[in-house]
Amino acid sequence: MINIDALNMDSRELNKKIKESIEDGHKEINIINVLGQRFIGNGIQNKELKITINGTVGNDLGMFMDGVDIELFGNAQDGVGNTLNSGTICVHGRAGDVVGYAARGGKIFIEKDVGYRVGIHMKEFKENVPTVVIGGSAGSFLGEYMAGGILVILNLDSPKIMKADAIGTGMHGGKIYIRGDVNANNIGKEVVILDIDDDDYKILKKILGDYGKKFNFNSEDLLKDNFIKLKAISHRPYGNLYAY
Amino acid sequence: MIPALEHIPSGCAAAGIMNKSGIRISGDAIMDMMSVMHSRSNGLGGGFAAYGIYPETPDNYCLHIMFDTESAKREVDSLIEENFIVERQEKIPTKIINEIKDPPLLWRYFVLPKPEKLVAKNMHADDFVVKLVMLVNTRIPGSYVNSSGKNMGVFKGVGYPEDIGRFFMLEKYGAYIWTAHGRFPTNTPGWWAGAHPFSILDWTVVHNGEISSYGINKRFLETYGYECVLLTDTEVIAYTFDLLVRKHGLPLDIACNVVASKFWKDIELMPEEEKKLHTALRMTYGNLLLNGPFAIIVATNNYMMGLNDRIKLRPLVYGKKGEFSYLASEESSIRKVESNLDDVYSLVAGKPLKVEVNKDVCA
Repeated sequence: MINIDALNMDSRELNKKIKESIEDGHKEINIINVLGQRFIGNGIQNKELKITINGTVGNDLGMFMDGVDIELFGNAQDGVGNTLNSGTICVHGRAGDVVGYAARGGKIFIEKDVGYRVGIHMKEFKENVPTVVIGGSAGSFLGEYMAGGILVILNLDSPKIMKADAIGTGMHGGKIYIRGDVNANNIGKEVVILDIDDDDYKILKKILGDYGKKFNFNSEDLLKDNFIKLKAISHRPYGNLYAY
Repeated sequence: MIPALEHIPSGCAAAGIMNKSGIRISGDAIMDMMSVMHSRSNGLGGGFAAYGIYPETPDNYCLHIMFDTESAKREVDSLIEENFIVERQEKIPTKIINEIKDPPLLWRYFVLPKPEKLVAKNMHADDFVVKLVMLVNTRIPGSYVNSSGKNMGVFKGVGYPEDIGRFFMLEKYGAYIWTAHGRFPTNTPGWWAGAHPFSILDWTVVHNGEISSYGINKRFLETYGYECVLLTDTEVIAYTFDLLVRKHGLPLDIACNVVASKFWKDIELMPEEEKKLHTALRMTYGNLLLNGPFAIIVATNNYMMGLNDRIKLRPLVYGKKGEFSYLASEESSIRKVESNLDDVYSLVAGKPLKVEVNKDVCA
C-alpha cells in the first residue's frame, strides 16, 4: 500500500502520482487531504486496484474508470462515475449532480443525498448493467434520457413522496426503483409507475445486500417497505418523430 | 498535443462569505476559496464585491470607476463635480504584479448628490446616482462605473480571481460580506468592465451560466432607464433586482419568482390565491424571466442570496459554520476555509437561499 498526501496538489499532479504508483505495482492507494482535485482514477483499467480517499473530491471522480474499487470517506461533487465502464465507487457522504453520467457498467453507492440528473443517459449491454444506489434522496431529472441500467433511491431520512420533478424524462430503457412514492405530476411522459414484482424483488435483494455491506446496515429490512418501479413506456419514444 | 486541443476545464466559479454579526474579515478567505476553483476560470476575468469596507464614510455613495484614458477621467470628474459633493477622491490602491497586464485607471469617489440638484430634478438620491452611472457608462467613452453603493465596492478585472485579489490588495480590506467570481467568457470578450461582479447601488451579482434571454431582458430594462453596455449578460441581473425590489417594492422572494418563475404546469395545481399571484407575476414581468442556466450570488449591504435556474443547470453549494455562511460553485471551495461545517447542501432549483446580517449591522 502507498499513501499519497494530496494537500495543495493540483488535479494533474495527483493523477500523475496515482498512475506512477500503479506502475510501481501498488494494489492499494490511500489518498489523504483531498480537496477539490478532479478526475481521480480517470481512465484507469485495473481490476485489482483499490483507492481509498479521505477529503472532498472534485468533479468527475472515477471518470472512464474500468475495474477499480474506489472508496471515498467524505463528500463528492458533480459527475461521480462519469462514463464509468466497470468497478465500484462508494461514497460515504453526499454527492452532487449527474452521478453515473452515461455509465455503461460498474456500481456506484452513495450514502446520502445526491443532486440533479443522476443516472442521466446510463446505458447497458448484455451483462454490463450499471447500478447506482442512493441512500438519501435525489434531485429532479433523475434518470433523464436513461437507456439502460438500474437506479435505486432509498430515501432514508427523506420524505417518502419524492420532491424531485421530471423524473425519468426521456427515459427509454433501464429501471428506477424508489423506496416510497412519486406524484404522477412529477414524472416524465415517457415513463410509467409500476409495483415491483418477484423479479424486481430478487434484483433489489441482491443490490441492497451489496449496498448494506458497504454501509454496515441490514438493508433487507428496507425491503419490507413500499418500493415502486419506473420504467420506460417505449424503448424508442421518438421512433416516429423523423421517420413518418 | 496540439495546444488548441488541450482540455481547458473551465466553467466559471462563484463564491461568497457572510458574517451575520457584521464582523469584518480580510479578503484572504475569499481569495483562498477562489484559488481552490482555479481551473473553473481561464484568466479572462475575476472580481470581488466587499461590504462594510468603508466604515469611516458609511453614508457616502462610493463610486468605483474604471477609465481607459485621462481625458475620459477629466470628463467624468467634471460631471461628478457638477452634481455631487465630493467628500474624498483617490486612486484605488493596486500593486503591480506580473500576472495582471494593462490595467485601466482605477479611481474611487466618496460622494453625496448636491441637495439643490435633487430638488431641481425632484429625484431621490438613489435614482440620481443610478442616472449618473448610466450617463457615465453610455455617454463618456472609456469610462465604466464598477460600483456605486454605500460602504461597499467592486474590484474586478482581467486575470484569474486570486491574482485580481492580490492586485487590489484585498487582504488589507475588512468586509462582513465578500462575493467573488472567476470568469470563463463564452459569448463576449474578456475585458475589464466585463468581469463580474456587476453592480448598481449596493446590489452586486456574480453569475455562473449564460442568460439566453439577455436580449429581451435588456430591452425591457431600457424602458426603465437601465442601459446595458458592458457586453456581459449578467449586467441585466443586477438591474433587474434593483428595478423589482428597490423601485417596484417587491419582496426579494417574489422577485426571485420573476427571474426563476414557477412552471405553468405547477401553477395549474396551486391553490387559487397562489395561482393568481404566480400568473400575475408571469404576465407582468414575463420579460424579466431569466432563461438559460444560472447559479447566481446576489448581495446587498443587508444580505447574501444564492439562486439557481429552475432546472438546476449550474452547481451552487451552501455551507454554514456558526455566524458564517458560505456559498460556492464547489463544496471544496467552502471546505478550504472551513473544514468543519455545521451544515452543507446543494441549493434547490429556482429556490432562493438568503442569509441576512443582523439588524444592527446595517441600519
